[in-house]
Formats: sequence, structure tokens, C-alpha cells
Amino acid sequence: MLKRVHFPASALPYLLVAPQILITVIFFIWPASQAVYQSFLIEDAFGLSSEFVWFENYQVLWDDDQYFDTFWRTIVFSACVAVLSMGAALILAAFADRVVRGATAYRTLLIWPYAVAPVLAGALWVFMFNPTLGIFPYMLDMVGIDWNHYLNGTQAMMLVIIAAAWKQIAYNFLFYLAAMQSIPRSVIEAAAIDGAGPMRRFKDFIFPLISPTTFFLLVINAVYAFFDTFGIIHAVTQGGPANSTTILVYKVFNDGFIGLDLGGSAAQSVILMFLVITMTVVQFRYVERKVEY
Amino acid sequence: MATITLKDLVKAYGDTEVLHHVAADIQDGEFLVIVGPSGCGKSTLLRMIAGLETVTSGEVSIGDRMVNKLEPADRDIAMVFQNYALYPHMSVRENMAYGLKIRKIDKGEINRRVEEAADILELRPYLDRKPRQLSGGQRQRVAMGRAIVRDPQVFLFDEPLSNLDAKLRVQMRLEIRKLQQKLGVTSIYVTHDQVEAMTLGDRLMVLNGGYVEQLGTPIELYDRPATVFVAGFIGSPAMNLITVEASENQLKLPNGAYLEGGNDLGKVTLGIRPEHLVSDGIGPIRVTVQLFEQLGANTLLHGVLEGTDCDIVASLPGHVSASAGTVMCFSVQAQNLHIFDIQTGKRIGA
Repeated sequence: MLKRVHFPASALPYLLVAPQILITVIFFIWPASQAVYQSFLIEDAFGLSSEFVWFENYQVLWDDDQYFDTFWRTIVFSACVAVLSMGAALILAAFADRVVRGATAYRTLLIWPYAVAPVLAGALWVFMFNPTLGIFPYMLDMVGIDWNHYLNGTQAMMLVIIAAAWKQIAYNFLFYLAAMQSIPRSVIEAAAIDGAGPMRRFKDFIFPLISPTTFFLLVINAVYAFFDTFGIIHAVTQGGPANSTTILVYKVFNDGFIGLDLGGSAAQSVILMFLVITMTVVQFRYVERKVEY
Repeated sequence: MATITLKDLVKAYGDTEVLHHVAADIQDGEFLVIVGPSGCGKSTLLRMIAGLETVTSGEVSIGDRMVNKLEPADRDIAMVFQNYALYPHMSVRENMAYGLKIRKIDKGEINRRVEEAADILELRPYLDRKPRQLSGGQRQRVAMGRAIVRDPQVFLFDEPLSNLDAKLRVQMRLEIRKLQQKLGVTSIYVTHDQVEAMTLGDRLMVLNGGYVEQLGTPIELYDRPATVFVAGFIGSPAMNLITVEASENQLKLPNGAYLEGGNDLGKVTLGIRPEHLVSDGIGPIRVTVQLFEQLGANTLLHGVLEGTDCDIVASLPGHVSASAGTVMCFSVQAQNLHIFDIQTGKRIGA
């Protein structure tokens, strides 16, 4: 007969998890449910009354070409940020992996940008690319390029992409370097003996063997570009010129707090919430299980 | 197929020299085993021949080419690593074909050679599996297959059997030897296991602390060890090494007994293999028995020279037993005495 130990029911375990639950409820569940509720409301022009309209806010978004433009812009922006920052990080990591002397110094320097707050990162780039004062427009002028991201939407987009990607390089670099260093040295040596040069080794061995990390970073970078770049965009372009750098999360802020369309803004944030949930599910399903090679 | 010449080879990390002026001529088709305790520099030496470590000074030549500055890929060698170093994301077939694919060999030819190697190594049924679906022995075979298909001038083995269990190790040892004889490819094999070294090598290079202690056939090393280190390293159980006083063609043992041999040298190290001690009841070497190890075919006696704490091991044929504390008498033929300089450890005389 198996003896079972019964502990007397006690309040202690509940008490111990209470702080975490409290934080989750107050800062996550409650605002999220408020957003869902808000998205079903339309306020009058003066903000004095509101009307429950079910899905009308969503209907409006569905019919709004501008919203789809923003959606598309966000995807382009995220793809560019992810590819640019992951690509740069991959190259830097590949070199850092080969460095023997001063490896720690390299790594430390490469990780620094991650410690910079998004708004400050944005400010940095604003100064460097300021059309009248910045060093880069001055240099670009010498090769005949007229840089003014206050007027040119494409240039503005390029600037926020570069700024956002730059800040994320450090994070990607860390993960890539760790992944490369976990590849057994002898596998690379065997490849070298088999006749593969450095480029070929990278293409045939290092890149495939770090593919789980690449997939993980793809999801992380997409989430970053979708949601964490607000500070950079706010500091650099404020979504302009003519909405050319307004991505979804910036539109939520713009419509809600500048345009004061609280219901529409809430509806957009609910859509974003579902996007995040989807990405998280994707990550858990595929990344946690590891990409098989 | 090629000869390998090592000329005055030195490896240093900063100011620390880890390999000291290694020289060797390896014949075409020869199987050379580099053996020594861990940290003696044997893997470093192999990696220098492979091109995975730089040469500090001296020369490595394969065939008639000096290869010091050549990339590993250009040295026409194949290497089998201790952990096999299989490409984890490729099937067995792709693993073996990779080196050929890089050299842009025609597809049909690649398939032919891979399948031929797979037949030799009995890997046919596993060609489409990934390395992680294979057992240790099979992975070992794939690593060998990867070396064979390339048809290189030289095989390099870096302790390839040390991750296998004892039984498989013995089996693979034989297979490696057979394969090498069949293919006739010049091979260098690194191991710390002296039995593996004795059974595999045409010649052995014994390394200790970065110095070559001796280079010769297994029998030469066994019969005429050049140094005390080789004497103690080659042969199992290890040789008895006793400090004795040599005078007037007599060797005085610590317990006062005399053996014939030697000359006026003062203190020397005397080496006697356990299997050369003959129990005859009258011999001058009187040993106080401590314990016996019964191995079936023979018996190992562990004891001390009577009246001293000088350990003696004797290997006796058949079954022998006696209670602890009994004294047994042994003699040894003069030709089986090895005498070494007590300072330098070098062999003295024949």
C-alpha cells in the first residue's frame, strides 16, 4: 500500500504566488481587457459620452486603406530591420569567432549598443543625419545625394530602419556568437581537411548548424520591430513625413493620443495583441522544440 | 601514397616549447603510431602534420612537397577525429561525399566511391541516416569512410577508438589494421594506449614531454627500450625498475643479493620485465609475496624484494599460489637485464 502524504490545506502557497499574480492582473490582464472593452466603444467628438457599438471600430479599420498601407509598411519595416540587423550581427559574429587576441574587448564593444535606450539611440541618429547639421548628409552631399528625411519619405524610412537595426545588432550578435562557439571545433576542422575554404565552411556548416538560432532570432526581431521600435520612431520622425514611417504600433499611439480616437486605437491594439500571441505560439511550438537538422 | 618527413620540428606557444626537435622519416605505406601519456604533445604533432596547427620551426614534407605553409585542404590528407567530427546535418552518404563534392568530382564517380567505401565498412544500410541515428561504432566507421573515399596520400588518426567500449575497440583496431594493409596508405595514428600502439604500428614513436624517447618497431621497443620511460611505458604489466649498485660485473640489489652483468658504473637503474623472472627456487632474487592476481593463463605476483620496500611484479605461467609473506626465489637470464643511466635514463650497453 502506497502511503500518501497529505499536507494540510494552507494559505501559504497562495500567499507566495500572490504578488506575481497581482502584478500580472493589474499590469497585463486588466489593461488588456480594458483595451478589448474600449475597442467596442465609440466616443463622441467632445469625449463626453460613449456608445457601445460591438465591432464597428474593426469594421472601420477593415474598410480603411490607410490601415492596410500601415500594415504593409510595418511588414516591410520589420523585414528590413530583421534582415539588416541579423545579417550584420552574423557577419560580426563570424569574425569575432575567429578573433584570438582581444576577443573580450571586441565582444564588450559589440554588446554596448544594446544598453542604449531606444529614444537615445534615435536621438543619436537624428543628430548624425540632421539635414542641416549632420555629418552624414554632409558626406552624402559630396557624392551628390541630397539627404532630407524631413521631406523624403523613403529616406525617413531608411533612417528608422538603420537606427532600429543598429540597436538590435548587439542582441543578435550575442546569440550568434554563442551558437557559433557551440559548434564542435573538430567539425569545422574536418571540413577544412575535406577541402572547404572559409566561405564554403560558413555556407555549408556554420550557417546550417546555427539555423535554430536564426529562427529564434527571426521571431525575436520581428517582435522587436513590431513593438519595441516606438521610441526610435518617435524620436526620429514622429511617423512622418506624411505617415511614411508610421508603423502599426505608432499608429495606435497617433490615433489614440493625438487623434483621440480611443475606440479605433483600442481596436488596433487588440489586433496587435493577437499578432503577438500568434508569434509567441509560433515561437513556443517551433523554437522550443528546436529546429531539426 | 607518399612518404612523410619531419625535420627538426618545433612547436611553441609563446615562450613555452611543447615539442622539441622532432624528426622522423615515415616510409610509403607505413603505419606509424605515436604513443605517449596525455599532454606529451602527440596530438599537437599530428595536428601540425594535418595543418591544423602552425609549425614554429622545422619542416613537414608529404611526398616531395614541403607543406608547412599549405592549408589542410591542399595537403591531400584525411583525418579521423577522436569525437568523429561527423557533419550532424548531413546523412552518412553526404558526410562521405562532401570532400569529393568540393573537389568537383563527377556525380556518378562520387556515388561509386561512396558505395564502395560503404561496402568495405558494411555501412550500406545506413547511407541515408543522420549521424545521430547511429551507434558509436557506426559513427566511427562513417568517419573512416569519409577518409577512405577521398583516396588521400596520408591517413591521420587522432585517438579514434578512445570513445568506444573495450570490446568494440579491439574489433575496430583489427579492422583499421586490415584496412590500412589493404589500401596501403601511409598512416599516422595517435594513441595513449600502448597495447593499441603495439598491435597497430609498423613502427612506434614514443613521445614524452615533447621529446621523442624512441622510434622503432614494437619488438625493438620491447626488447631494447632506449630509455627508462620507454621501458616502463611499453609492455604490460610494466617493467620492474630497481636502483642497483654496479661494480666488477656484478649488480648489487637493494637487499644485498648479486646479479651477474653490468660494469663499473656505480648506481644504475636495472629493468627486468615481469615475464622474464623465472621462479626456480634457488635464484638470487628473493621476493616476499604480497598477493597474486590470477589471470587464468598466467598469474601475476605482487611482492617486495625480501627485506626492502622495493616493489616487484612477476608474471608466472599457469596457476601459482602461496600465502602472503612466503619468500619465492627468482632468477633472470643476463640477456633480459636492461640497464639505464640513473641520471639521464638512457640505456647503457646492449
